[in-house]
Amino acid sequence: MTTPGDSGARETWPLWEVFIRSSRGLSHVHAGSLHAPDETMAVRNARDLYTRRAEGVSIWVVRASDITTSDPDARGEFFESPQGKEFRHATYYSESESVPHL
Amino acid sequence: MNHSNHVVSSAITAEKIADSSVVAPDAHAEYALALGDDALVLAHRLGEWITNAPELEEDVALGNIGLDLLGHARSFLTYAGSAWNRSEDDLAYFRDEAQFRSRQIFELPNGDFAQTIARQLIVSAYFVELYRALAESSDETLAAIAAKASKEVAYHLDHSVQWLQRLGLGTDYSRERMQAGLVVMWPFVDELFRADPFAEALESAGQHGVAVDVTALRPAFDALVPRLVVDAGLEVPELPAARGGGRGGIHSEALGPMLAEIQVLARAHPGATW
Repeated sequence: MTTPGDSGARETWPLWEVFIRSSRGLSHVHAGSLHAPDETMAVRNARDLYTRRAEGVSIWVVRASDITTSDPDARGEFFESPQGKEFRHATYYSESESVPHL
Repeated sequence: MNHSNHVVSSAITAEKIADSSVVAPDAHAEYALALGDDALVLAHRLGEWITNAPELEEDVALGNIGLDLLGHARSFLTYAGSAWNRSEDDLAYFRDEAQFRSRQIFELPNGDFAQTIARQLIVSAYFVELYRALAESSDETLAAIAAKASKEVAYHLDHSVQWLQRLGLGTDYSRERMQAGLVVMWPFVDELFRADPFAEALESAGQHGVAVDVTALRPAFDALVPRLVVDAGLEVPELPAARGGGRGGIHSEALGPMLAEIQVLARAHPGATW
């Protein structure tokens, strides 16, 4: 399986995926990726690349090669199976008239 | 990214100083101009790394540090200019080499990446102590500029230490080049901690508590930087101090060409805006 964003042997530093939490109470959200020689420098590079305009209060970095991804070629069996299975949505329940504001 | 949580900053900026009615007393302005020149010259040197750093990420890191320093320079020059009805641009673009007061370490050529890191380590350790002390200045504008700069230079020091360790403890070749960078920069450490004539002028005019006595900052530097160097597997160079004289307008041959590059556009098109 290929590493997301990896451009092969030209890279001298590993690729890191960056997740930024924009404020307290929110989740870390993927912001982008960068190169760094190790995890300590990756956090610093992330600070310089992705929080220059006060976008965040917390940074996570993950080595891109440590992320296991779904296979883009297996989209059919992975993601199209729910088609035709509308019963999985909560739309088959009848609403009780005696329960307002449901 | 998320602009909705953008906060209006209360931190001091050159624009706020320019828009305020604050006027620097003359001796305060002379001192501020010297501090501003240090930051301006180094900001330009760091800007030279953009598109030339070992990796794109390091372009941005050095560029960010340069922009922080440019911010300090703009605030100091704007405040200085308030005394003489001159703008930050007047002071940056329309003074000649001998009128620049920057200490010589700031104008030295970048050399390789390790040499730039060696300088950034030295001057960041100096700035951390300088701005911590200046944040207590009786001059409120100088204190506010220093308080804002303090957080920034602490990060610059961290960045330099990270690279010092990686190059010093990396390969034999990286260690060799990091050591060579320290050898180039170390003779200029002494000048940073020599008495500042513009600070002394404030003292002799009875204006105590405005300027920082940099000679008193040397012990903190000596307690920190040599240990960092040794911990990174490197040697503290034992070399005679450079002659110095930057505060008096004496510079190395490196400053003139740099000023020509900084100033050519503003001098060719005076008053132009873009």
